[in-house]
Amino acid sequence: MRHLLSTADLPREVATALLDTAEALKQSLLGREVRKLPTLRGRTVVTLFYEQSTRTRASFEIAGKWMSADVVNISAGDSSVTKGESLRDTAFTLAAMGADCVVIRHPASGAAHRLADWVSTHVVNAGDGSHQHPTQALLDAATLRDRLGTLNGRTVTIVGDVLHSRVARSNIDLLITLGAHVHLVAPPTLLPWGVENWGIRDARGWPVTVGHDLDAALPGTDAVMMLRVQAERMRGQFFPSAREYSINYGLTEARLALLPEHAVVLHPGPMLRGMEIAHSVADSPRAAITEQVRNGVHVRMAVLYHLLAAQEDQA
Amino acid sequence: MSSPSGTGAVGEAGPPRQRELLSAAEVTRIVARMAHQIIERTAPEPVVLVGIPTRGVPLAHRLADRIREFGGSSPRLGTLDITLYRDDLRRRPTRALQTTELPAGGLDDVLVVLVDDVLFSGRTVAAALDALREYGRPRAVQLAVLVDRGHRELPLRADYVGKNLPTSRDEEVGVLLVETDGTDAVVIRRSQR
Amino acid sequence: MTRPLLLRGIRPYGVGDPVDLLVRDGVIAELGAQLDGTGAERFDGGGLVALPGLVDLHAHLREPGREDAETIATGSAAATLGGYTAVFAMANTDPVADTAVVVEHVYRRGRDVGLVDVHPVGAVTAGLRGERLAELGAMAASAAAVRMFSDDGLCVHDSLLMRRALEYVRGLGGVVAQHAEDPRLTAGAQAHEGEVAARLGLVGWPAAAEESIVARDCLLARDAAAAVHVCHVSTAGTVEVLRWAKERGIRVSAEVTPHHLLLTDERLAGYDPVNKVNPPLRTAADTAALRAALADGIVDCVATDHAPHAGQDKECEWSAARPGMLGLQTALSVVLATMVRPGLLDWRGVARVMSERPARIGGATGQGRPIAVGEPATLILVDPDTTWTVRGAQLASLADNTPFEGMELPGRVLLTMLRDAITAEDGKGLC
Repeated sequence: MRHLLSTADLPREVATALLDTAEALKQSLLGREVRKLPTLRGRTVVTLFYEQSTRTRASFEIAGKWMSADVVNISAGDSSVTKGESLRDTAFTLAAMGADCVVIRHPASGAAHRLADWVSTHVVNAGDGSHQHPTQALLDAATLRDRLGTLNGRTVTIVGDVLHSRVARSNIDLLITLGAHVHLVAPPTLLPWGVENWGIRDARGWPVTVGHDLDAALPGTDAVMMLRVQAERMRGQFFPSAREYSINYGLTEARLALLPEHAVVLHPGPMLRGMEIAHSVADSPRAAITEQVRNGVHVRMAVLYHLLAAQEDQA
Repeated sequence: MSSPSGTGAVGEAGPPRQRELLSAAEVTRIVARMAHQIIERTAPEPVVLVGIPTRGVPLAHRLADRIREFGGSSPRLGTLDITLYRDDLRRRPTRALQTTELPAGGLDDVLVVLVDDVLFSGRTVAAALDALREYGRPRAVQLAVLVDRGHRELPLRADYVGKNLPTSRDEEVGVLLVETDGTDAVVIRRSQR
Repeated sequence: MTRPLLLRGIRPYGVGDPVDLLVRDGVIAELGAQLDGTGAERFDGGGLVALPGLVDLHAHLREPGREDAETIATGSAAATLGGYTAVFAMANTDPVADTAVVVEHVYRRGRDVGLVDVHPVGAVTAGLRGERLAELGAMAASAAAVRMFSDDGLCVHDSLLMRRALEYVRGLGGVVAQHAEDPRLTAGAQAHEGEVAARLGLVGWPAAAEESIVARDCLLARDAAAAVHVCHVSTAGTVEVLRWAKERGIRVSAEVTPHHLLLTDERLAGYDPVNKVNPPLRTAADTAALRAALADGIVDCVATDHAPHAGQDKECEWSAARPGMLGLQTALSVVLATMVRPGLLDWRGVARVMSERPARIGGATGQGRPIAVGEPATLILVDPDTTWTVRGAQLASLADNTPFEGMELPGRVLLTMLRDAITAEDGKGLC
């Protein structure tokens, strides 16, 4: 595997291998005194974040360091980026300095793809615009696998601003690949064009279904994934008010009770408690949010392992 | 270090010629003898048998059963995957990780016996020693192998050897076990590499 | 050209047996079989197709202001190699062509270069700001004799302002060319609003943003009894609006770009901004509708929307890239591939959509004339059977942002003549 740019690129075997590796890494770190594996010693991983994000960046940094890689963090705020250096030039500079892998988060959809075109280092997409956030989808899948045993034949309901969400896109692609049925619940204004065709088009599994009624969707689902809703969206007239949004699409205590016993609640974070998820729901045992974060480190370690600890692909 | 098992791929020259060096009965006898040796040298100190995947694991289980049977204490069992400690990862495509599971209570001050099927260059054992360090500080580490085929590349030796088999470098020694391969045997064949 | 020129064995409009054509003093003096060419320079036409020189109603020559991407000289060179003898240069330069001074500069520069007739297009609103009309009369009266006005790049979206512009320009005998895009519907848009953009996480440019403006402008033109021209039609829906309007006698004309005849949004998959253009590449259903519309005349003509961009404006992430594609040198080949080869258009049709209709719409006298005795010798000779591989770096434009990079396209222009001068011969610009 040369890059991880999009979960749409991951065939089922590769996705499963990544999740298995993450699980094995989690096991191998249990009960240790020294949480350090020598596997990526001497490899240099650079995180290049053009968007604020402490949690994802820290997760990648810990993942790299636990594998003994040298990790360097570059933020958009500092550095030559503010002096107007283009992404392309920054990429060339990092490659020239000897980075083996660049983990990039950027507000432009497709930025990670472009990076992969320009330089020969490995590229991990940590979130490009509204397009993809593959490691998030992988850690969500890992968490669901832990809680539900398997994703094959399960129903996962994704709720909220799907239109602007790279987390949603990555999850939809990966969940379908792993055999799950995806149901989307959102106001019509927050759904991507033609999303109901996504599953059919790729003939990978059941089609994505779409609905606007959250109450109706909850009793039949094995997991519900709440997406963050940005307040700025109100200025774009996507929905009339925060109140109306949370009344119709917020995961309240009452709605939690509609879920089957075994169902899991996920959220990519950061949460807007009271908006898309009630305060008490976020803290309930059905919510696997801290497990998501924990799995995030192992999943990112697995990604770095698959990219950097193997024979270089000629492709 | 074990070699791929099975009768090999069918090529134009026919399947690679393979000779059986040890039969199922001999394997059983050898395992029993190793169990006795372990009891002799370690009793009454409790022992943790840590198998190196893949075939070191069923071997460790068999040794534990024999030791228990012959009146030794019940050894605790563990599995130690050394993939992440290999020094040759970047020579092959991504290797799948195997399980690592060590007994509760850790390995501090414990006598650990690493178990593997074949001892060859010694690099697997070196990686296993690196891995073990991260789990604690055993009182001592010993090594038990079913077959020692020589050609060491590092200054390491086994404490318990089932059978010494002199081989040439271009040969491959394969250990087959019922648990993993459906039958017990030790075979030798010309290397395909 | 001091001596007469004899073109031997050419086939006007690709029809009939080869004939000879004699040019004297920039005019077609004789046309027939086996002409006497004593004293004339000879050019062996070898059965090549002869067409009136192509007229491009829509190109961005970037001068003044972005001479790092293109100049009137390099743009003219690209045009002449592509078979163009007249080019309408859009007004979104820096400074904007909204005064007599700027349009006259562009006009004179074009004349000095002498490869094509450069017709400056005047801005509709001052500074393209969409607030008040530019001095349209002054531009019309200038040496540039502007007859086509456009804010292209931007839409004249204020309905009242558009109506006033249509009325006022009617009085000047000209036409307003609209870049139809409702800016409220395309805020932040990066790609055609469809399945591809949705998957790629790119904000969509809805078809209705173009269609609603076209519909509105047709109705305004009806009320003002004025002419309106629609730039770069890109959707099947716009074709339907045009059909409706033309059936009712509304004076609307429309153009389509070569890239909208051939390329779809499927190309966006790798995020290469060479495919980024405004209006965006759309779906196969749209390209099919546009080809049919061009064939049956609902869309009047082909116009390149030639838009050169410097390297740093294209070799970047998608959202940071400027929209636009080169088009002058590849236009005829793309029309050949998409319209002539599949049998939708014959060579007479090519002459109509790439020369005659655009000349009429833009008021370019002396262009788009019949190949007949007494007419200006503003012609091209085309080899329809050869193919060539497009390489941006080898094109005459300063910039090399062609979406057809690496493609093998049919047809080459082997001779371009502008009245009394040969401006391109055998793939080389002259003069």
